[in-house]
Amino acid sequence: MDLTENKLYVPVPQTRPGDTPVFDGMNLEPAGRAPRPDVMAEARETTDLSFGLIRVLDDDGNAVGQWDPKLSPEQMREGLRHMMQTRAYDARMLRMHRQGKMSFYMTSTGEEAVAVAQGMALRPSDMLFPSYRQQGLLMVRGRDMVDMAAHCMSNERDNLKGRQLPVHYTWREGNFFSISGNLCTQFPQAVGWAMASAYKGEDTVTASWIGEGSSAEGDFHIALTLAGVYRAPVILNLVNNQWAISSFSGIAGGNQTTFASKGIGYGLPGLRVDGNDFLALYAATQWAAERARRGGGATFIEAVTYRGGAHSTSDDPSRYRPKEDWEAWPLGDPIERLKNHLIKLDEWSDDRHTQMEAELKELVVSSLREAESYGTLSDHRSSHPSTMFDDIFKDMPQNLIRQKQEAGL
Amino acid sequence: MPQMNMIQALNSAQDVMLERDSNVVIFGEDVGYFGGVFRSTDGLQAKHGLQRVFDAPITEGGIVAMAVGMGANGLRPIAEIQFADYIFPGFDQIISELSRLRYRSAGQYFAPVTIRSPWGGGIHGGQTHSQSPEAFFTHIPGVKVVVPSTPYDAKGLLISAVEDDDPVIFFEPKRLYNGPFDGDHEKPAQGWGNHPGGDVPEGHYAIPLSKAQIVRPGTQATILAYGTMVHVAQAAVAANGIDAEIIDLRTLSPIDFDTITQSVEKTGRCVIVHEAPKTSGFGAELSAMVQEECFWHLQAPIQRVTGWDTHYPHAHEWAYFPSQARITAALEKTLKV
Repeated sequence: MDLTENKLYVPVPQTRPGDTPVFDGMNLEPAGRAPRPDVMAEARETTDLSFGLIRVLDDDGNAVGQWDPKLSPEQMREGLRHMMQTRAYDARMLRMHRQGKMSFYMTSTGEEAVAVAQGMALRPSDMLFPSYRQQGLLMVRGRDMVDMAAHCMSNERDNLKGRQLPVHYTWREGNFFSISGNLCTQFPQAVGWAMASAYKGEDTVTASWIGEGSSAEGDFHIALTLAGVYRAPVILNLVNNQWAISSFSGIAGGNQTTFASKGIGYGLPGLRVDGNDFLALYAATQWAAERARRGGGATFIEAVTYRGGAHSTSDDPSRYRPKEDWEAWPLGDPIERLKNHLIKLDEWSDDRHTQMEAELKELVVSSLREAESYGTLSDHRSSHPSTMFDDIFKDMPQNLIRQKQEAGL
Repeated sequence: MPQMNMIQALNSAQDVMLERDSNVVIFGEDVGYFGGVFRSTDGLQAKHGLQRVFDAPITEGGIVAMAVGMGANGLRPIAEIQFADYIFPGFDQIISELSRLRYRSAGQYFAPVTIRSPWGGGIHGGQTHSQSPEAFFTHIPGVKVVVPSTPYDAKGLLISAVEDDDPVIFFEPKRLYNGPFDGDHEKPAQGWGNHPGGDVPEGHYAIPLSKAQIVRPGTQATILAYGTMVHVAQAAVAANGIDAEIIDLRTLSPIDFDTITQSVEKTGRCVIVHEAPKTSGFGAELSAMVQEECFWHLQAPIQRVTGWDTHYPHAHEWAYFPSQARITAALEKTLKV
């Protein structure tokens, strides 16, 4: 008997620091091949889509196949702008973190298409339950970057009164829920929100995002179960960016099956989508939103992408993955791919791109400078410490009144 | 006035709230068509409709999470956790989400959720159907914790909980569902018929949260109790003739400081009674509070009569369950000083 066969199996990634990047076994189908079923199709009719890959933009910059959402050049330029603004904002915020102006930051570099394309495919009235790497949703919904950065610096303008870690945004006016920081908890809450929308007879769709790593949480199973049981008008999105801090997707079960295919078992359509393909993401989200609005219930979408940067400013990815991994990533860069498509259509040019990059950089710099005028973490200009006792309850109970007095506030 | 047992009173409270507010919805395991394993929602689905009173799958985490999402989206959910012993899969959603939503969003979002759950022992429920986990919840800022002791209080407090804009954990002493229980398990079970707490008005009335009630005025010592132990303490005092003041806390968090401190300042002695284990139980908080607030009025050390620091036993339930005799012994001990 070969005892090696009985050893505990622990999955390991194909490559580690110093290795040449390898991305085998990704089921990369050519763009345009995936069929687009009717939005009211049975969940099981999406089985092939959940193991395949919905792609619209091919390697030559063409939009091909049934999933092409046929967006106007204006819409695509808008998407490009939001993605570029997100990247520019992230870059500048990272720099400000290094300057000690905030305690922490998380970039979405390399996966900007997820939040931007999905956000644009939804209506402004649709409800968003994001995780911490979907700042692109705020760009799409037009949140002032001054307010975003003010929150991250916990300064006098922070709409969360200095209570939350940076990037854990809340923006009620933009139908953007409060980001928790505990992972996946928002997934079943989004189902509850969607159930309430259905209860009230509204045609609002709710969308939520998690990373592939936290799909191992119980709340993932709970959310998909409830979404199926109550046919909730919700879109449950899993952003498979390959890395959960230092753990590759195989540690969350990504080697055994695709994440998208897990939807089928709960009776939800599962769509596996090229997460760096703006048009494919837009089309898949549009499909799911239409299904939800027509009473067809929830959809589970896996966006296959790559976390280009570190998990957070407290992380150093060079210690666990090859440095050149992102450059070698077979699905490319979402901004480059949409840019190339627009150039191919003669609706964009390298010059215009460079010019927009400069404009956005200027906008980001001026916004962040204005945000700084309200204080940074290092100059201690935050909300008054006495506000710490507010909003525990609607009305302050006696124990908190006493403690506030005891604290001299 | 109509007579109701505690189940009927809870049912009536939910009926009243479903009637008054179309945003009230009820869900939990077996609460729909069947009306709940203890019958607390009996007939409510038939009367108010499938969308308002419905069954949830067996997922306490999911039941709380749904309530968070629905509550934040304008509804006023009443979520039932079938036994308090089962609440722990929902603990993260209560601790990290429900309790903090108003705070972490700086008031942009809040979830007016009521979580009802049968609680406490005395029904031969063993370790998974008898626990009193209130201290886990009183430790969390942002949730209120309520425990009624009569049908009248149960209805009025539940209505207040549902109308409250903050989350409320509403623990129901299940041994009191069908009648008061004085701790003597060998006596035939009593109904609520002969107890004034069984007189329950049909319509809407509210009992304010965070208000304790003096159920027996007295001069020699103060007994702090809640739930079933209110009745055990009353019986103990009736039998031993000690003129103790008994306070039914009703809301454990946020606590009613004044009623407690005024009483202890008057009597100079304090006995705390609860079913949960002693170490880090809610009695520890009460004891610390009384010591901080009333130290110069205390004539004797504060006494705690609680469940033991064991898991809740099945065969040995009555050796665990705080008895009249233990309450009397504690009173005598404090009076000796």
